[in-house]
Amino acid sequence: MKYLTEFRNGEIARAMAREIHSVATRPWKIMEVCGGQTHSIIRNGIDQMLPVGIEMIHGPGCPVCVTPLELIDKALAIAAQPGVIFCSFGDMLRVPGTEQDLFQVKGAGGDVRVVYSPLDAVELAANNPDREVVFFGVGFETTAPANAMSVHLAKRRGLKNFSVLVSHVLVPPAIEAILQSPGNQVQGFLLAGHVCSVMGYWEYPPIAEKYGIPLVVTGFEPLDLLDGIRRAVIQLEAGRHEVENAYSRVVTFEGNRAAQKLLSEVFEVSDRAWRGIGVIPKSGWKLSEAYRAFDAEERFEISGIHTEESALCRAGDVLRGAIKPAECAAFGKECTPRHPLGATMVSSEGACAAYFNYGRYLSAEDLASAGSALTGAAHE
Amino acid sequence: MNELLQTGVPDFSNWSCPLPLVGYPTIVMGHGGGGKLGNELVEHLFLPAFRNPALENLGDAALLDVQAGKIAMSTDSFVVQPLFFPGGNIGELAVNGTVNDLAVSGAVPRFLSASFILEEGFPLAQLAAIVESMAKAAATAGVKIVTGDTKVVERGHGDGCYINTAGIGLVREGIQVGPHRAHAGDAVLVSGTIGDHGMAIMSVREGLEFESQIRSDCAALNGMIGVVLNVARGAVHAMRDPTRGGLASTLNEIAQSSQVGVVIDEASLPVRTQVQSACELLGLDPVYVANEGKAVFFVAAEAADVVLAVLRAHPLGREAARIGQVTAEHKGMLVARTAMGSNRVIPTQIGEQLPRIC
Repeated sequence: MKYLTEFRNGEIARAMAREIHSVATRPWKIMEVCGGQTHSIIRNGIDQMLPVGIEMIHGPGCPVCVTPLELIDKALAIAAQPGVIFCSFGDMLRVPGTEQDLFQVKGAGGDVRVVYSPLDAVELAANNPDREVVFFGVGFETTAPANAMSVHLAKRRGLKNFSVLVSHVLVPPAIEAILQSPGNQVQGFLLAGHVCSVMGYWEYPPIAEKYGIPLVVTGFEPLDLLDGIRRAVIQLEAGRHEVENAYSRVVTFEGNRAAQKLLSEVFEVSDRAWRGIGVIPKSGWKLSEAYRAFDAEERFEISGIHTEESALCRAGDVLRGAIKPAECAAFGKECTPRHPLGATMVSSEGACAAYFNYGRYLSAEDLASAGSALTGAAHE
Repeated sequence: MNELLQTGVPDFSNWSCPLPLVGYPTIVMGHGGGGKLGNELVEHLFLPAFRNPALENLGDAALLDVQAGKIAMSTDSFVVQPLFFPGGNIGELAVNGTVNDLAVSGAVPRFLSASFILEEGFPLAQLAAIVESMAKAAATAGVKIVTGDTKVVERGHGDGCYINTAGIGLVREGIQVGPHRAHAGDAVLVSGTIGDHGMAIMSVREGLEFESQIRSDCAALNGMIGVVLNVARGAVHAMRDPTRGGLASTLNEIAQSSQVGVVIDEASLPVRTQVQSACELLGLDPVYVANEGKAVFFVAAEAADVVLAVLRAHPLGREAARIGQVTAEHKGMLVARTAMGSNRVIPTQIGEQLPRIC
């Protein structure tokens, strides 16, 4: 498969790993921002190929994981209303709200549908004029253009029964929040390739300059990730702090200008709460004044939401990169993909789910002896 | 039917229904009422399609002559949507599904029952098309449909057509296969490409368009399995058809039942390019995607090459591959060796795979 198999070549990967071994003289902590990258690193065992001192810290870039609990509860309340068709990307369905998830709402009679594109939700609205169609528009800059386009089209087509529940979050403010946190250990970043395919990477040179850290635009296949890590390590060893592009087959400096123009028309920057992290100033998008009529939060006045996070769950520490998933006491015990306590155990991009699914809390010896325990947990 | 099976797009414009329609082109409540309408359905549709001596008695139970020995029995219900999909339809699936469950248990499938739950308003022409392909599938698999039932539910209470089949097979003499019989050292073989059925269904259901159409692999495996057992009966320790939950669930089940570890080499998994592309697009893993015409074999290592050659010589096994082996380590677990040379656990899925956001 073109552009895929050649980036999964084991021999080239091992050669790149050897190069990283040869240039690394000291320990370095590098954060991959995006949950898709976390998933790929763990799935392919990229971290196992690195020198002992090179540690990958898993960042907060899983949109499912950082969507605030309050918004999930709002989504559940809207989805349960009669007359509503509630559309969502698939992996939001199992995210636990305070009391239930969208699957349970669906089971209780709510009309919850998985769509692959927000534009499908617009079509649903056009075809069901007597129903309110709500799209759950979560995600980073990657999914924002399609979500923006859905609102833009709905307005142009005069659809009065379409709205979006928006929870868009932005990468650059999150990176700055991590770098400003008192206990920060991150020394370099792999930037999320698909976010940059939309936004370009013109936003990052000031961050590299201000904090003196290297940032490398990185893709998602094994060779992409190894190349991103290699470039970050070379910069760190040389004491450089630049923005580099290791994903040039997809990303340009300017990014997708047409998408950016649409985004600035449909959205405006707002403060945003991140689940497990808290409010980060100017870290999200909400619908701009011109499109406010399509905001589901305004259309459906949902009140009386009292959120309650699990007392055991340390998803926030995981999302900040402060602990590895297996260091949480509930990991694999009270909290499994079957009974997730926090969103990081739900989404396939969540760090906890990646660690659990790929058995990464087991050492090689444990793999042999504790196998039955693992499968027992997976089947509880 | 042939053009239907090839394109997957139901076209009933030239269909001539064998039923005298009595003014009803669709299923009405009376078709399930046990009266004249129901009898007409049996006499003009089911009986001509499935005709055999055991069925013709139309008694409360089919009376079957079987020789002494062990029988295998299995049942499965089919609720697939859409009812017609590229590479097959619910009727073929209902026959082949139960045939395959018997075949992987080491039995020679012989008799099936077929029960229909039909929704009021379901077009008779579609029912006739489903029944005809069931008859063809049964003939291909060498099984007889010997008893059946029809119920009708009110409009809105069903999804057009549900089918349950149960089957009886005769267990081959001296056969000792089962999910608990895999041994350390066994080779793991799969009879062809994985994920075809699930992605065919998903691409139709979700209106996803790919450059070339993905077709279901729906097929009866008893013929192919019979040839394998004729050649290497003693060497085959476990067989399974990896349907729902895909290859990963099947291998996990066998690892747990046999209390062994299973290691597969990811690079050796046969996956069609279109299926791989569709999975990449949706964020799915083909090891979890359903198959309806594939079998997994756990065979003694020394017989692996022979079994592989036998599989590849069969029309349904041309793309068979040796994908891994059984180990005494990590008991109950499935581990994949990635192309990078690292190892990862492949757990059993919790529920359905969910397409990712981005």
